[in-house]
Amino acid sequence: MLVLERRGESSTAIAIASPLLAIALTLATIAVLFALLGKNPLQALAVYFLDPLTDSYALQEMAVKATPLVLIGVGLSFCYLANVWNIGAEGQFLIGALSGGWLAVATHGTGAGPWVLPAMLVLGAVGGALYALIPAICKVRFGASEILVSLMLVYVADLLLDYLVRGPWRDPQGYNFPTTAEFDPVALLPAMIEGSRLHYGALIAVVVVIVATVVLGRTIRGFEIRLVGAASKAARFSGFDADRLVVTTFVISGVLAGLAGVIEIAGPVGHLQPAFSPGYGFTAIIVAFLGRLHPVGILFAALFLALTFIGGEGAQITLKVPLDLTKVFQGLLLFYVLACDSLVLYRIRLVMPQRRTADGIA
Amino acid sequence: MGLLESIVLAVLAASTPLLLAAAGELVAERAGVLNLGVEGMMIVGAACGFAAAWLTGSIVIGALAGIAAGTALAGVFALLTLGLAVNQVATGLALTILGVGLSGLIGAGFVGERIAGAPHLYIPGLTDIPFLGRILFGEDPFVYLSLAIVVGIWWFLYRTRAGLELRAIGDNPASAHALGLPVLRKRALAVLFGGACAGLGGAYLPLAYTPFWISGMTAGRGWIALALVVFASWQPGRLVAGAYLFGAVTILQLHAQGAGVGIPSQFMSSLPYLATILVLVVISRTRGRAGAAAPASLGTVFVPDR
Repeated sequence: MLVLERRGESSTAIAIASPLLAIALTLATIAVLFALLGKNPLQALAVYFLDPLTDSYALQEMAVKATPLVLIGVGLSFCYLANVWNIGAEGQFLIGALSGGWLAVATHGTGAGPWVLPAMLVLGAVGGALYALIPAICKVRFGASEILVSLMLVYVADLLLDYLVRGPWRDPQGYNFPTTAEFDPVALLPAMIEGSRLHYGALIAVVVVIVATVVLGRTIRGFEIRLVGAASKAARFSGFDADRLVVTTFVISGVLAGLAGVIEIAGPVGHLQPAFSPGYGFTAIIVAFLGRLHPVGILFAALFLALTFIGGEGAQITLKVPLDLTKVFQGLLLFYVLACDSLVLYRIRLVMPQRRTADGIA
Repeated sequence: MGLLESIVLAVLAASTPLLLAAAGELVAERAGVLNLGVEGMMIVGAACGFAAAWLTGSIVIGALAGIAAGTALAGVFALLTLGLAVNQVATGLALTILGVGLSGLIGAGFVGERIAGAPHLYIPGLTDIPFLGRILFGEDPFVYLSLAIVVGIWWFLYRTRAGLELRAIGDNPASAHALGLPVLRKRALAVLFGGACAGLGGAYLPLAYTPFWISGMTAGRGWIALALVVFASWQPGRLVAGAYLFGAVTILQLHAQGAGVGIPSQFMSSLPYLATILVLVVISRTRGRAGAAAPASLGTVFVPDR
């Protein structure tokens, strides 16, 4: 019989090895899937994961796509560490983009000064935070599940974006396409290298990783978040306010998701249109877990998942496989990450039954 | 057919996938397992159900394929959350992400195809009764099946020993284990049943509701089904009322859009989601007075000591 047995102390080596093992298992599964789709597995994996790394345009694109994933993922890690389940980051991301985008649309063609971009960033962060406050308040005041409320708000945000870009915010010179006008230069993030798509948002993401590492590792608030997640009873006895923590972590993740949203439209996208996000808010959930809820881990995890987006696009063109394969890949990865994480907490032991236990399966 | 009659028929049809998926999830949650992968199991059930029905020309085989797909995904969920004691919330999310992707792969070859939807019941004489005849005796078979499943679940939970044991496991797995009940095995069976129902609920969409496959056609119904279980305070009877209420909201907003009410369509489309939030808030707030609470161990991992 196989039984789970709690490890006495967690081993650092296993904690680092487990995400890598998860990636290896995912790649093996995907190789089988490629074979089933009638592709050469090794060649297909190379297209997916190696080709993007050999070309400088794709490498920059990886950083561009990792930027929102890092920002949202770090915010979500605060929630998940405290056992608060914000799964609606995609909605907070969209509302952040809309809040910041509003200013870009309102000042379009007015010759407004360089204050527009900083104001957009602030508006995006505030918008994301306010939208994240809805599930937090529903949870704290009424006891409603934050999981379901935050997720329902994703659909609402998506419909609001759709309404605005097809209705009041549509570009009058846009030949009826559902998009706003291209933002003015004062509403765009400058490129870090002249002529590239890599913008200063990537730098903001790195700063957020550093700040989050310090907050989580070196401050009392960070300790509180980790303590509540690890031992909620002990935390309650020592007088930490659980409700306040729900609100705090939701606001932190809302700020970062909103910021990611406005950075996305002021950076690589440059305007608002329906479905401008390939689901960054959901992929960031995987990023948070693959990074083991640690800011530095999340940075690497985000780069890896950015690779799956770029590889997926490449594979769609060169291998003619559906783009949905990327989602299958991401879902499988999360499964394996969670399963391997269990091996950090427990060891699996083979036990020979000496006497029949009461329920027969133990 | 009168307008009211057609509205009632449409409401019943819109409610049935919600009722099926929520009924299965209710059983899993009564056993203490929170499976957030309902949306993923539904959409894979929809894709497999349509593919099988299109290939074989049989609605029954389509429905069975949907059930099989939902059960298989639930099996993966059970393996992780029960076998490896992984966090249920995160695993459920993984199941939904994976399911949405898989459904796209499976359904890719079937975009644009159509099938003849499930036939409606027709009993000469009875179905011809004005108004009530069509509503009571002229539905598709899934509508009756969903109600039968809910009645069966009620009977199982409250009238059988196995149902009592299931509820005990959901409320206090440690005590149930101490009494010698096979906690993990029963939880696994409850999760598999939940997956079968979600798969069937998903398959209902392309087999009866709209007889074609489109990517993402469940449109959050799995999440609404999860909210319905909360709305029903984990009681099968209230589940029926809740599902039909949500079906009514969906159909009324569609009719309002069709009638050209001067409100943007996106606002009307967001009504079911906003209604879900409102209902969650109201129900959770009054939970204390109503007395019916969630299964005490819902969502927590149980690792039996030997």
